Amino acid sequence: MDKNINIKLRIWRQKGPKEKGAFETYELNNVYQGSSFLEMLDMLNDKLIGEGKEPVAYDHDCREGICGMCSLYVNGHPHGPDEEITTCQLYMRKFNDGDTITVEPWRSSGFPVIKDLMVDRSAFDKIIQAGGYISVNTGGSPDANTIPVNKDKAEAAMDAAACIGCGACVAACKNGSAMLFVAAKVSHLALLPQGRTEAARRAKAMVAKMDELGFGNCTNTGACEVECPKNISITNIARLNREFLKAKFQD
Amino acid sequence: MSWLIKSSIGRKFVMSISGLFMILFLLFHMSMNLALVFSLEAYDKICEFLGANWYAVIGTLVLAAGFAVHVIYAIILTLQNRKARGKERYESSSKTPTQWSSKNMFVLGLCILLFLILHLYQLWFNMQFKELIGDPTAVSKGSELIIPLFQNIWVVLVYLAAFVLLWFHLTHGFWSALHTIGWSNKVWLKRIQVIGNIFATLILIGFSIIPIYIYFAY
Repeated sequence: MDKNINIKLRIWRQKGPKEKGAFETYELNNVYQGSSFLEMLDMLNDKLIGEGKEPVAYDHDCREGICGMCSLYVNGHPHGPDEEITTCQLYMRKFNDGDTITVEPWRSSGFPVIKDLMVDRSAFDKIIQAGGYISVNTGGSPDANTIPVNKDKAEAAMDAAACIGCGACVAACKNGSAMLFVAAKVSHLALLPQGRTEAARRAKAMVAKMDELGFGNCTNTGACEVECPKNISITNIARLNREFLKAKFQD
Repeated sequence: MSWLIKSSIGRKFVMSISGLFMILFLLFHMSMNLALVFSLEAYDKICEFLGANWYAVIGTLVLAAGFAVHVIYAIILTLQNRKARGKERYESSSKTPTQWSSKNMFVLGLCILLFLILHLYQLWFNMQFKELIGDPTAVSKGSELIIPLFQNIWVVLVYLAAFVLLWFHLTHGFWSALHTIGWSNKVWLKRIQVIGNIFATLILIGFSIIPIYIYFAY
């Protein structure tokens, strides 16, 4: 049964991108276990504002696990100690009375801290802009089923397309590598006939952008797959490698 | 071809190919060693064959080059990855369950490198190298060197420890190399992981037999 718990929070506070950050400890009493982790942070911010203090800055938007906006490294896990969820879907019943919860921003050179727990993930947008799209001429929309698509491939493409670009893969990776994200984006287009036309150019351009932005080299530890809220498989990384190497050898 | 150094997948590709090359060498080295269990004469014949002959020298140079590439790329990749992780580290240590060896490939590789220096000094230096520089104390019969060497229990234990470290390195290295060259999918990922574990275990057993056998048989 859900009950009210008292917790201690250790939260990373940092005034700006260039400022030096540090952990601050807060005590929060009577937190209902049925509330979400972000609702708990809202409670804390209400309390801080009431005390005339600066509230904790953190990213959030849809709060239903599909926008990819929330982040947070909670007790050693990106998106906290639960599986296949984003932080907004994390509930306080995962914690016990008297727990100390450590909350950190995602750490990687590719994701610099903006403020407190917010990180700049625009690097992902730049990677998408480098090639994560299909070029189509405008005009009348074609009939949906004119191009046959193999069922297995359609399923695999959908699984890869489930990536919400939250960046948990980078946060979990000891190498700060964005390979799972790029692999998912390259895969869901490369698997479909519409995406094949630009497949070689896309793989090369997106990988080049990823390297340029300072993400690390994938060493197949598989941490990304474990922490991914959308369960994106690392076999997509093998597909990205295949697409990339094929494109390079064709040059 | 500059993508082999400039691109992250290019660098990983070089790492994989050089790793797979050494996996082939390990198989060759193990088969050669195992000849000793069946016939000391055959083993010594192979050792002589691999002396200062032109083909053996070329083989050694190619192997050394492959090994050097693997080590140099390991250093480059590790430094780049540390940098990509960022200056600020996580306060709470990662709770993500991952294969232990996958996170410690560099340290494992470094230990294996140290062992290799010892191994080359004890054997290769006294055999092919001395023969090449025309040193009269060069030994062509391998058994004359290794039988006294493996009478020392500490040498045997160091060799066995190195083989265990190699086992850990291979349990990740084998499937990771195939994954990086793109030879993996939902079905094959499990298979190459299992094949990798079997392969690593065969290498561990195949190599460990020799020092243990010599220690007890002579």
